[in-house]
Amino acid sequence: MTATLAPAPPEPDAPPPEEPVARRGLPRWAWALIVIGVWVVVYAFTKGQDTLVLPGREHTDLHDTLTGFRDDVLASRDSNPIIQLTYAVGERFVAVVEWVQTLISVPDFPRPVPQVGWLGVTAVAAWVGLALAGWRIALLVAASFVSFGFFGYWSDAMDLLIVTFVAVAVSVLVGMPLAIWLGTTRNRYVLAAINTTLDILQTMPTFVYLLPIVLFVGIGPSGAVACTLLYSLPPIIRIAGHGIRGVSTTTLEATDSAGQTRWQRLLKVQLPMARRTIVVGLNQTIMAALAMATLAAYVNGPGLGKPVLAALQSRDVGGGFVPGMLIVVMAVMLDRTTTAASEAPEKRIRDGADPKIRRIVLGVTGALALVAVYLSREQIDLARFPENDVRRTVADGVNDLVDWFTDTFGGLTGGFKDVISYGLLNPLESLLAESPWYVVAVAILALSAVLGGVRALLPTVICLAGLWYFDLWHDAMVTLNMTLVGTILVMALALVLGVWMARRPRVDLVLRPVLDAGQTIPPFVYLIPILGLFEATRFTAIVAGVIYAAPVAIKLVADGIKGVSPATLEASRATGSTTWQEITKVQLPMARGSLVLAANQGLLYVLSMAVIGGMVGAGALGYDVVLGFSRSEEWGKGAAAGISIVLLGILIDRICRAAAHRDPVTHDPSKRPWWRAASI
Amino acid sequence: MRTLKKRGGAVAVAACVVLTLAACGDSSIDDETEANEERAEELGDCGEINMAINPWDGYRASAYVIGTVAEQELGCTVNYKDLKEDVSWQGFGTGEVDVIIEDWGHPDLEKKFFEGEGDGSAMDFGPNGNVGIIGWFVPPWLAEEHPEVLDWEGLNEFASEFETSESGGKGQFLGSDPSFVQFDEAIVSNLGLDFEVVFSGSEAASISAFEKAEENKEFVIGYWWEPHYFNAEVPMQRVALPPYEEGCQDDPAKVACDYPETPLKKIVSTSWVDEGGPGVEAIQNFEWTNEDQNLVAKYIAVDKMSPEDAAAQWIEDNPDKVEAWLPTS
Repeated sequence: MTATLAPAPPEPDAPPPEEPVARRGLPRWAWALIVIGVWVVVYAFTKGQDTLVLPGREHTDLHDTLTGFRDDVLASRDSNPIIQLTYAVGERFVAVVEWVQTLISVPDFPRPVPQVGWLGVTAVAAWVGLALAGWRIALLVAASFVSFGFFGYWSDAMDLLIVTFVAVAVSVLVGMPLAIWLGTTRNRYVLAAINTTLDILQTMPTFVYLLPIVLFVGIGPSGAVACTLLYSLPPIIRIAGHGIRGVSTTTLEATDSAGQTRWQRLLKVQLPMARRTIVVGLNQTIMAALAMATLAAYVNGPGLGKPVLAALQSRDVGGGFVPGMLIVVMAVMLDRTTTAASEAPEKRIRDGADPKIRRIVLGVTGALALVAVYLSREQIDLARFPENDVRRTVADGVNDLVDWFTDTFGGLTGGFKDVISYGLLNPLESLLAESPWYVVAVAILALSAVLGGVRALLPTVICLAGLWYFDLWHDAMVTLNMTLVGTILVMALALVLGVWMARRPRVDLVLRPVLDAGQTIPPFVYLIPILGLFEATRFTAIVAGVIYAAPVAIKLVADGIKGVSPATLEASRATGSTTWQEITKVQLPMARGSLVLAANQGLLYVLSMAVIGGMVGAGALGYDVVLGFSRSEEWGKGAAAGISIVLLGILIDRICRAAAHRDPVTHDPSKRPWWRAASI
Repeated sequence: MRTLKKRGGAVAVAACVVLTLAACGDSSIDDETEANEERAEELGDCGEINMAINPWDGYRASAYVIGTVAEQELGCTVNYKDLKEDVSWQGFGTGEVDVIIEDWGHPDLEKKFFEGEGDGSAMDFGPNGNVGIIGWFVPPWLAEEHPEVLDWEGLNEFASEFETSESGGKGQFLGSDPSFVQFDEAIVSNLGLDFEVVFSGSEAASISAFEKAEENKEFVIGYWWEPHYFNAEVPMQRVALPPYEEGCQDDPAKVACDYPETPLKKIVSTSWVDEGGPGVEAIQNFEWTNEDQNLVAKYIAVDKMSPEDAAAQWIEDNPDKVEAWLPTS
């Protein structure tokens, strides 16, 4: 893959201004406009030349080489020692998962039910909640577990929990040493290497690594655990590493002077002081693991993803909505529990709770939980959740609602789709994808230099060269275009709703849970309704991306504006500025850092939906990835498309961050977006 | 102390609930366990069948019907595994997959896994009775109003009617899920049609498009196939392309003919067949018609029955067909 570093051959007579560094005098955006202006002129004369189009069902020699590599690995799997090893690990995963499954989720033949029934599991889980985080959390946990059974997805929900916990446990085992390394090393190259690897892991579309994982560890629980593990590993490494690094140097120096060893320093000072950040990392890791659930279902991973996917196939929106919402319930439950658990010990000390009473309460409730376990082993109704029709009733209700909505607003939404498509999407796509590739490359290079300065140039050159090398240039430009348009819509939403939320606490209170749900509900749940509204088009894909990306951007904007100091606001009010002036002249400019971060996150989140977009008519790189996943002979093309998405992501990320002066390209985790560094 | 009291109260309430609940269920876990054991003894050891579930409803219909028969009549343990085709084939060699009940033809995978060129982990287990008809289809209203579009030579005249925001000024041809064999880009260009292939990306997206087009009388043409339960709801009409001849699809770039009719077949794991047993025989005997499959698929997709219930329903209604699949020995 070293060839990706080959620089893109610059065309001698290629146009745009070769004055990359913004001179004093003209602001950067003016220079950017000049670059775009020149680009448009050149495009007008060269349109349609050298666009490097590759039809949907064709692939190149490079793609065949990649496919050949996969075939060789596949053919050698009986003798390849690495695959033997990974398969052995995979079998361990299967053994653990299946053992716990017979314990709490699937019938343990010849028993008609698992060893412990729903009541026992719920009681024990609630007790754990009580012990870790207090009675409120215990109630939340109990209510969540009962809802899994009540809506008829008990074993799928338990399966998802099992897979999540196994994957998270391994993530912590593997991730913590790496986090400590990341947090304590002074070697710049180690830092850069770890960070770049994590960047790639987090930008790589999960579809792309599903297939290799199946190849190395097999289908089912092993594949599910492995891909969940891979996806949930980066947050804990990043965030915990950041926490350890963040322990103040004065503290370290003070304790060092007492003559401690490196181990003592790590165990007695750094880890305890970074505890809260480490818990945040754990929290993010759990969330990431849940997000993988639906995709793991593609390789027969057990869990709530299965009914979501099955519902997508039969276009049963309501049937997917119920398990989808249960995933949200589980996410909220785990999120609140881990957060509360990390605060509980301090809170207990602050409240002056008597440890003896606590012990008695835990002892008594623990005994009750054991009674519940015993009963649930004996009584069929306490073992198997009594059946009811709620699931289907809710699902049918949702279906009716969606049908009504689609019928009523279908025409309107279709018109909106056409306006955006013809007015924005098509012209911009034509500019990006119909210009000769070298013109686009030079233009992007010039833009990155103008916006981000010299610092952004090297990553831009590497990424553009990579895109060119992997033979999917045209598709990459189409995907880039959809990502840009999607981000514009995300930012429009984020500005309106973010400002509103920041200025009206009540709006914030109502919107936040909705945003949380938007972030955790599997996209497959809302694909069918938006297909009904916008048909199989690029716009449908963009809407899916916007739904997924907007919550993060809205929260970032809201939090940024809330962070503007009240004194500044007072001052502006004293001068008699209107609400509009207050927002546009004070709040938004002062929250500029957050806006840039929101745009950056918006771009990356919309991009990460490219693959899903490929399933609803967006074509381009997303389609290529799904194609590679679906047809053996196209594997190489899918892999190339996956790598191209990673390159696009890094390209966008680096230019954005270099552009936001205050946020230079850095491997300092505290300067990273929240999902990579710390929680918002 | 107040919190303790509160907790004590909560605990007492919880205990009451638990005890009341306990009193109402009668202990039948032991009975069911015994029944399970007896049944297992009576039916003998049929072993396991790992059945791949490829992602479409017709497939699920076939898989769950024969799977349910194997479970109920022969006492096999059937593990259904949700997998795409490519991954399913990879599972033959590792024992993770035993049966693909409906295969639409995968020459590339056959080369890798059949005896001869490949590692021999998979084998052809004969047709399952369904016949796949792939082709270009239009919704019924269009076929009725403009019968000219039912022949490819009449398509160009309407090209502009088929235009959408996605098709770049040409007529839109709706390609389908990437899993399927598709030569439409080549066919369009080799027949000189003024169309652009836009890939819907999934079966669900294609159905949504066809459904909407029929409802609003919009122009749409796309890749579609039979057997499919959707055809019972909206009888899609096939467009005639230059007829298929042996070899006309050999070079993907030069295809200018229609798709052939594909007898769908069963693909199974060689080592699983070697083990033998009543499950193997039942899978070998399994054969039914497109109408049968459409009916069960409709139960699942339209009537929203669970695949298990849908299969059980059909089995109950068709005892003689089921009888024919059971092992003779």
